[in-house]
Amino acid sequence: MNNIVIETNNLRKDYHIGEVTVHALRGVDMKIHEGEFVAIMGASGSGKSTMLNILGCLDKPSVGSYCLDGVDVNTMNRDETARLRNRKLGFVFQSYNLLARTTALENVELPLFYNGKIKARERKERAVKALEDVGLADRMHHMPNQLSGGQQQRVAIARSLVNDPVLILADEPTGNLDTRTSFGIMELFQELNSKGRTIVYVTHEPDIARFATRNVIFRDGKIQKESQVADRYFATEMLKNLGPEIEEDFD
Amino acid sequence: MNYSNLFRIAVRALFRNKMRAFLTMLGIIIGVASVIAMLAIGEGSKASIREEMSGMGTNMVMIMPNFQRRGGVSLGTSNSNVLKLSDVTALRNEAVTLTAVSPEIRASGQVIYSNENTQTTIYGVSEEYLPIKKLEVKAGRIFNSAEVRNMSKVCLLGQTVVENLFGKGADPVGLTIRIKNLPFLIIGTLEDKGESGMGQDQDDLIIAPYSTVQRRLAAIDYINGIYASAVSEEKSAAAIAEASEILRRTHKLKESAENDFRIMSQSELIERVSSITNIMTILLGAIAGISLLVGGIGIMNIMLVSVTERTREIGLRMSVGGRGRDILKQFLVESMLLSILGGLLGIIFGYLIAKLAGSLMDSEPLVKTQSVVLAFIVCFIIGVFFGWYPARKAANLNPIDALRYE
Ligand SMILES: Nc1ncnc2c1ncn2[C@@H]1O[C@H](COP(=O)(O)OP(=O)(O)O)[C@@H](O)[C@H]1O
Ligand SMILES: [Mg+2]
Repeated sequence: MNNIVIETNNLRKDYHIGEVTVHALRGVDMKIHEGEFVAIMGASGSGKSTMLNILGCLDKPSVGSYCLDGVDVNTMNRDETARLRNRKLGFVFQSYNLLARTTALENVELPLFYNGKIKARERKERAVKALEDVGLADRMHHMPNQLSGGQQQRVAIARSLVNDPVLILADEPTGNLDTRTSFGIMELFQELNSKGRTIVYVTHEPDIARFATRNVIFRDGKIQKESQVADRYFATEMLKNLGPEIEEDFD
Repeated sequence: MNYSNLFRIAVRALFRNKMRAFLTMLGIIIGVASVIAMLAIGEGSKASIREEMSGMGTNMVMIMPNFQRRGGVSLGTSNSNVLKLSDVTALRNEAVTLTAVSPEIRASGQVIYSNENTQTTIYGVSEEYLPIKKLEVKAGRIFNSAEVRNMSKVCLLGQTVVENLFGKGADPVGLTIRIKNLPFLIIGTLEDKGESGMGQDQDDLIIAPYSTVQRRLAAIDYINGIYASAVSEEKSAAAIAEASEILRRTHKLKESAENDFRIMSQSELIERVSSITNIMTILLGAIAGISLLVGGIGIMNIMLVSVTERTREIGLRMSVGGRGRDILKQFLVESMLLSILGGLLGIIFGYLIAKLAGSLMDSEPLVKTQSVVLAFIVCFIIGVFFGWYPARKAANLNPIDALRYE
């Protein structure tokens, strides 16, 4: 079996809003191995995002332990977790979160700016490579507002790839996209995964979850069910089945 | 993140909001410009007043009758006539700290030459008056002791009087004018002195022997003042003390009585005027300083808005590995850039304003390196200080809270 990338134990997260306490996570044990492609499913409010944020070291659990790539994240201070995010993690958001009025290339370069070891030349080379990998070699100098939603999400994925992370986390990466574009993103993820990249993503659409190799279903802050995906979708085929893109005439 | 990258990011952030950046800087520009201009004008007028006053002789000692005034009303004229020629003689004979002593008797009246006439003041003085007041003979000569003794009707004219009666640059030596209907022979003219620090024309005068003016023009038995030179500027205070002692004795004043004369030195006067202009400079500077502070608060305000507006950007930067201190540095560099840029522009504008003010006023403004350095340091501190608080706020955010911020 491959290395364990994620291992959580009795992970809990409480939010206190005035007198009320919301138990967003109520004890989650999760183990993800290198090379896995996991979809986290569940109803709205079931704690998926909370879980992913903790996995991405953007948030700390109230209780429980979390080991990422063999290191205990709980004992780390702010600077150390920042370094961890910089070197080992890639995060993809539902709303892309690109810097406005900044070219695709510079957006992708951003994580490397916070890595003192990487010089300008290497930074640029790696960003170009990442953009090529997501199929946007010809859009490098476009601003986010000159790109479609799917293209913006590809830039965001390139940004998450650029630091060669051990793990890519994506919170509803296709949430804002139409079916065809969603499949395109899934195709990209599957391609990355086939090259060995570990990917965990959140979705509430069962269709999108079937691109993964494993599904984890959340309910009320707990894992309700885990299963290997039996009849997996392959995005390349799915896109073929959708037929050619209809060119609408707006004249 | 290294500083060249931080600098680039800051420049870009400011360029993205050119108008806002400019308006923010405007506060600093106005603040710094007014500090520079005010200090320059203050320093300039101080220097020019000082120079003018030194031009009158820094070791000059002046003695005047002590007018007892209450609320601007003279309490009797009795004490305007306390100074006598005998006081001059006593000072001349006894005071070792004085090198030259001259009485001054003033008479004003009409002066006529053929069709021209002018109103001026005639100063009755001794020959020593010229070196004491740093006056110089331009053409002709000063009167001699025989002419003083004989109450000769001779006189020397200041350049304004020459101009009024004979035209600019004329040489009237040897001609005769009528002063208060008495004929006076012009034996000399005085060098140009220009305006005094107080805006007085120092060339609008005629000087004549004190005996002539006292007896023939003013018809009084007292004198209006005594002018003397201390042996040196440093000895001014000693000269005042010695002269006071002599005058109290000749005036037969009791131990308890106040002086019936006033005595002061030019150096004392310069000090006094300087301290007034100093206060003025400080006051102007303080007012300008307040506007600088307001400019600084403007920067803080903008930085706060900027931080709040860009909270999601901060969240994103943190999520890709930006540390608190990277974020802190980013905003600090941005606010420092704003204030330094504003400061530089302010210095330039301040300099121009000072130049402009200088061309409108008489005194040449003095932009001192100290005030430029001061303004610059203040700017830098404002940038660091007012940028620090919002930057700190941003740096302490939790990445996820920053990302979720709406
Ligand atoms: N910052 C927060 N403050 C308070 N409650 C929160 C916060 N974030 C999430 N929650 C609550 O935690 C629960 C789980 O939220 P979330 O993880 O976002 O669910 P999901 O992503 O599965 O829709 C919800 O009930 C939500 O209201
Ligand atoms: Mg969610």
